[in-house]
Order: sequence, then structure tokens, then C-alpha cells
Amino acid sequence: MNKLRVLVIDDEPGMRMGVERTLHGETLNFWETDSLEVEVESAGTGGEGVEKVLNGKPDILFLDYKLPDMNGIEIIERLGERAKDLIIIMITAYASIEVAIEATRKGAYDFLPKPFTPNELRAVTRKAAERILLARKNEQLAHEKKQVRFEFIRVLGHELKAPLGAVEGYLELMKTKTLGDNLDSYMQFIERSSIRLQQMRKLIIDLLDMTRLESGKKSRNLVAVDLRKAAENAIELATPAANSRNISITLEAPTSLSVMADVGEIDMMLNNLISNAVKYNRDEGKVMVRLEQTADKISVQVADTGIGMSVEEQQRLFKEFSRIKNAKTANILGSGLGLSILKRLAELYEGDISVESEPDKGTTFTLTIPDSQVTEVTAT
Amino acid sequence: MQQVRTVLIVDDDHDFRTQQRVMLESLNYKVIEADNSAAAIESLNHNTPDIAIVDLMMEEHDTGFTLCHNLKKRLPEMPIIMVTGVAAETGLAFNVKTREEHRWIKADTLLEKPVRAEQLQQEIKKLLKE
Repeated sequence: MNKLRVLVIDDEPGMRMGVERTLHGETLNFWETDSLEVEVESAGTGGEGVEKVLNGKPDILFLDYKLPDMNGIEIIERLGERAKDLIIIMITAYASIEVAIEATRKGAYDFLPKPFTPNELRAVTRKAAERILLARKNEQLAHEKKQVRFEFIRVLGHELKAPLGAVEGYLELMKTKTLGDNLDSYMQFIERSSIRLQQMRKLIIDLLDMTRLESGKKSRNLVAVDLRKAAENAIELATPAANSRNISITLEAPTSLSVMADVGEIDMMLNNLISNAVKYNRDEGKVMVRLEQTADKISVQVADTGIGMSVEEQQRLFKEFSRIKNAKTANILGSGLGLSILKRLAELYEGDISVESEPDKGTTFTLTIPDSQVTEVTAT
Repeated sequence: MQQVRTVLIVDDDHDFRTQQRVMLESLNYKVIEADNSAAAIESLNHNTPDIAIVDLMMEEHDTGFTLCHNLKKRLPEMPIIMVTGVAAETGLAFNVKTREEHRWIKADTLLEKPVRAEQLQQEIKKLLKE
């Protein structure tokens, strides 16, 4: 169990013992998830107290204002920087407004007027402990966030380097004229280089989308978006790619269905879902887009008749850069960011995205947005 | 005339394989390609490569290590060149210079991607004692 270290600086032995007896060994429970075990130490003079703070690691300091060698304010001054990561609670019988103001200005957090009951002591300690616990949690969260960010940048670096390396390799082969002087012999290299560069461009575009999502509640503009119209636009955008492989796209939707949303975000979601359904389809396959409104939510369902994926692959699907790598996907361009962008977007609308899939049969993605975001379009 | 030597290239990057193949074929090597470990092992049923070039990161982060192990089990004498693009990013700086590392990693040489053509040729010549 985590410790909560308490130090009492008071020249009255009875006071030191009282605090120790009340708090030492106590367990404080918070939010049913966290507990702290209290450890109490004490000092009888200001000098000894300062020493104990500087050499030990107390979290809370109970500080008597009147000590034989110095007063509480002087002690706080002596602690300097260290006083900032301590919670200091002044205990005094002589608390005047002036003292209170000055001590608070110097960094004291709370006051406990003498005499106090064990329950008053516990209550003050508890309040201070809660603050410490929150600070610790924040620190841990910040650390984890930094780790995730670092990992993201590391993988991103790798994903950007790979296409560069491939293009450089082809250029090198051309420079040294490995296949002779005829330019035609190098067409395949040029073709592949441009595919890798396209992929890199796609990655950068997705990355910008993602950054925009992260940075930008400010730039969001929530209006009533006609979902059917948006789906029709996304289908139109995907049609050239679909036609080239004889893939048909159908739309099934109520005539009017609208949602309070940012137009750009809705386009991003639909484009992502529909272009994926085309990309990972088989030639002459089908893409079926279905929009539906039920009592408490709307759903966007995009089903394809493509390569599908295993349960294990489905579990990794929404992680950044976790492209499913196998023989079937080897020649399909993708950044590995599309679905994590979708997931973030869904979360932004307090919605959800789920997947059902069977290898070689097809995949169905279902995006649901709760009803609070849905508005009926009224005829005008 | 000198006999034609066979090189096995194992890499999940289609372009890297193509580039190595084109370069090695221009130097009169015969090239076999595999895009994953299973295919690499399977290829040994029909071929006996003289040397293998193996990518470290394929299906898993350390696929190359395991594959080296399995290749050496089948063909203990075949030299292996391991190539990797990850060392710089992960700070995973390892080499196969000491005897211990050599024994553990099983590859005979380690090259950083992007691999320069003349560097690869040099290593192959050295390992094949040409």
C-alpha cells in the first residue's frame, strides 16, 4: 500500500503524541480504489523539524506556529523550494488573521486551531491526502501520455522512413544503370516509387487529420448535417476506384436523417469507411451502406464482400499503425491510421464503432451515434 | 567458369526484395525470394542457398532472430546477413562483433537499412570467401 508520510513539528510532547496516536498506522481509503497508510514522525524544535523535512520525504507537515527556536513562518522560509511540494498545515492556539494571511502567502495550505479533537485532525489530514493523491495521479497520467506520444512518434518515424528507403533504393539502381541504358527497363521501378510516395502522402494527410482532431475543439462547427447527402458524396468520391474493379456501391437510407455534427468530421468518417470497403474488397464485390435511425441512436453501417479478417486481426484493428499485414493486404495502400482516426471521431460524438468480419467473406463496420446528437430535419 | 551462387532474400518489403534481386542478378547471383519466415523455411525444400539476407522486423519485431535460428538448424554452414531499419529508432544498438553476440544472434553480419549496394556485395563476397 502507498504511504502517506506525516511530520509534526511541535514543542509540546503531548501534542506530538496525540497526533501520532491518532494517525499513525491509519488507513485512508479514497474512491473505493485507492488507500494510503499513514506514517507519523515528529520533531520538537524548528531546527530538528527543518532537518527532518529536508532529509526525509514527508507529504504533510503539521507545523506549530510558536516554537522555542523559531516561528512557523521562519520554518517555511527555511524550507525554501521544498515547501512547495509539501502540504503544510499550521497548528496554533494564537492564530490571528495576520498570521493566517502571511502563512498562506508563504505556502501553508490549511489551519488547525488548538485545541482540536482527533476527528478534526483526521478530517484535515484526509482533505490534504486527497489533494496529494490527485496530484500523484495527475503526474502519473502525464507520464503515461508522454510514453504513448513517444511510442507514436517512434513508429511514425519508421513508417515514414520505409517508403523513403524504397524510393532511394530504386533511384540508386537507376543511377548506377543496373539494367542498362534503356529507360523502359526501369518503368517498374518508377511505378513502384510513385506508389510508395503516394502512400507516404496518404500517411501525412491522415496524420494532419489526426492532429486536427487532437488540437481542435475550437475549430469544430456543429450544425445539422444531412447524413444521407454526406453518404452520397462519400460514395461519389469512392466511385472511380470502385468502378475500376467493378465493385458496386449501394445506399439504403431514410430520406431525411440529420445529425448535429461538424461537416468535415462526418465526411472524414464516411470517406474512411466507404473507401476502406472498396479497398479491401474483391473485384466485382459489393459495398452496402445503410443509415438507420432507432429510438435512441443512429447507425451507419458499411458492409463489404472483401477479404475479411480473423478475430485476432479484428482485435488489433483500431490501434495506431496496426495495419493487418498479410498476403491479401500486401498490395493495398494504407497508412494504418484510418481506423484509429475513426475511433477517435466516434468517441468525440460519444458514439461507438464496432466490426464484424469473416475471412474471405467480408467485413461490416457499424458506427453508432447516440440520439442526443440527432436532430430531425423539419421541412422548411 | 565459376558456379552460380544462390542468395535467399527474406523481407516483407516487396520493394526491398526487388531492389536486392535486381542488383544481385546483375552480378550473376541466382535469387530466391520469401516474404515471411514460413516461406523462407519452405524454400529450403527446393533450394540450397549459399547465403541468406534476412530482415529483422517482419511479422513480429524479432522474427529475424527466430528465423536465423531455424535457418542455421537446417543449414549450419550457410552465412546469414541480417538487415534492419529499426536500430536507429529503438536505440537498439547491437552488432555481431563479439563472439557472444554472434552465438546469440546467429547472423554472421548485421547491416543497417538502407543498405548500400557495394556494401552488400562486399559482405556477400567476404562471407562466401569469393
